[in-house]
Amino acid sequence: MLNLRDKGAQLWEDWNRSKRVAFVLVMIFGVFLLPYAGDFSFTNILNTPIASYQAILVYPVGMYILMALGLNIVVGKSGLLDLGYVAFFAIGAYTAAILGTKTTLNIWEILPMGMGFAMLAGVLLGIPTLRLRGDYLAIVTLGFGEIVRIAVLNTNSIGGPNGIPGVPNPPSILGQSFDLANPAHFFWIVVVMILFVIWMVRRLSIRRPGRAWEAIRQDEDVAILMGVPTLRYKIWSFSIGAAVGGAAGVIFASQQMLVAPQTFTFNVSVLILSCVVFGGMGNIWGVVLGATILSYFPERIRFISSARQLVFGLALIITMNLRPDGLLPRKKREHLSLEEREAAKAAKAALKQAKKSNSGANK
Amino acid sequence: MNFSVVQSQFFPLLINGLALGFIYVLISVGYTMVYGVLRLINFANSEIFMLGTFATIIVSRTVFKFDINSQPSHGMKLLIVLLCCLLASMLTSGVVAVLVEIVAYRRLRSRGTNRLGSLISAIGTSIVLSEGVRLLTHSLPESSPRVLSKFYIFTIHGVGLRIDQFLVIISGALFFFAVDRFVKLTRIGKAIRAVSMSEENSRLMGINLNRVISITFLVGGLVTGAAAFLYETVYETTVFNVGFNLGIAAFTAAVLGGIGNLRGAFYGGLTLGLAEEFFSAVLGTQWKEVTVFVVLVLVLLVRPNGLFGEAIQQSRV
Repeated sequence: MLNLRDKGAQLWEDWNRSKRVAFVLVMIFGVFLLPYAGDFSFTNILNTPIASYQAILVYPVGMYILMALGLNIVVGKSGLLDLGYVAFFAIGAYTAAILGTKTTLNIWEILPMGMGFAMLAGVLLGIPTLRLRGDYLAIVTLGFGEIVRIAVLNTNSIGGPNGIPGVPNPPSILGQSFDLANPAHFFWIVVVMILFVIWMVRRLSIRRPGRAWEAIRQDEDVAILMGVPTLRYKIWSFSIGAAVGGAAGVIFASQQMLVAPQTFTFNVSVLILSCVVFGGMGNIWGVVLGATILSYFPERIRFISSARQLVFGLALIITMNLRPDGLLPRKKREHLSLEEREAAKAAKAALKQAKKSNSGANK
Repeated sequence: MNFSVVQSQFFPLLINGLALGFIYVLISVGYTMVYGVLRLINFANSEIFMLGTFATIIVSRTVFKFDINSQPSHGMKLLIVLLCCLLASMLTSGVVAVLVEIVAYRRLRSRGTNRLGSLISAIGTSIVLSEGVRLLTHSLPESSPRVLSKFYIFTIHGVGLRIDQFLVIISGALFFFAVDRFVKLTRIGKAIRAVSMSEENSRLMGINLNRVISITFLVGGLVTGAAAFLYETVYETTVFNVGFNLGIAAFTAAVLGGIGNLRGAFYGGLTLGLAEEFFSAVLGTQWKEVTVFVVLVLVLLVRPNGLFGEAIQQSRV
């Protein structure tokens, strides 16, 4: 089986710092140019039928990557199966809609509040339920997702089944206005948020919370015995994931200018979980790849509209059977210490040297 | 809030709740058996149920030529029609369940991968089945012809017991009893229990793992098919996503009772059925699901492994 992740990691290991920085900058620049990627004749294939390619990049692609990264903290990093992630997305979106239409706050001011409310919901849900394990947690989170949707659906003061129309667009930054005519600008905002989340997750992973999550994921009993305050770190993982979902919700609401309960169904939770597992749980790049494919692919094949979901389901089954750990699975051992890494590097270099001299001797 | 309705309508609500509860019991048996053996939420179970309901309708329409206008039948013919529909539904669901296991789970299991991989495969299977039926039925609901005339068996003080509800309660209890005895008493049932305790050890004891797992899926599917038939006799309609809400409710019931435990599925299913009926009478039907999940959370807070959770290893599937 071809191992893309190891190949990529190898390449990365071999580069020095300046090469790495240059590569990252080029990649980021490339991502920012993505909205214009469909404009050339030879990249026409990227264009999606029906909805415009630039709009697709914001929702679903960008939103799904963002949410998948948030869910990855919960499911991939700390191994808590959350089937109600859409609830946090909904809380963020409704915060934006309610505050945006009823107060004079603008979206940039609402964004942290939406994240805060989602986080609060995560903590409130987490304190009683994170004592549960495995599939019990899964069903309770599923229930939470449904409760939020049904509660919104049945509360007429926030629009009930009609939702809330007229959510304001964010005020412009640097003369770039945000509205339905300029999806590329929204895409750039989403990319900035995605980059921030990636940076945050990478920082957290190698520090105390990340190590605690890894311990909880591998064996919770052992983690408790080793003195990890598991409940506290599980709540942290839950609420950070929730905050990311809430942020996605705020941006979503202000881009679509409308929120309605039927957007926030259980299927969205399932789809985001699929993105995480399909791409490779716990591995950021795997999750990004998985979310990109699973959100873009159904839009690209919209011309077979009726059979679209069927093809999607088949693709899930086939891919999971061929690559059960996802497209880009995580490394088996993630946290080597600095000395160990140096030692491994030295050993590898020595091996290379030995091989070289060996082949030279054979000649 | 309307508490007086509970007082005035207590017995009708009780009967409706029991009928719904027994349907939940049978579906959650499907979930709980698979969970007991594989530690896996069989997401496709709701579609296995859905295919059972369609099988019931197809048999009554094509084989026995029932349509919307035809009169309900009586006597021997009624018995034959009902039995044939039941058999068709059970067989369809059972066969589909076994096929789902082979297509979606077996290869992943043999490679010893994480459970979430199987979960996504299960979700994929569920999407394929429900979307396939959606395309075939053009997203339209199908109503099943009335085979059984719905008369009241008896009425006391204005409270009646309808024949279809009676049928559901009796046969639901019978089916559950049969599965329970099957798992407790037969040799294969013993093997199923052994696998659910430890896959590794039961393999060492010479149990053919794949065969036992197939049989578990078959039994779970058969019972789910029976539930589908009973659902059709009471509600007489189906649609491609009929299994979705019922499946979630049944899985909740299984968790409520303590998943992986057959008796748990029984009590969980009945509790949930009754809770749904009474809560929707008091609070209005739109809050039905919310209250159900609130009950679930409250129960899990007090008993984190469900009412009859995994602590009782012996009584597990």
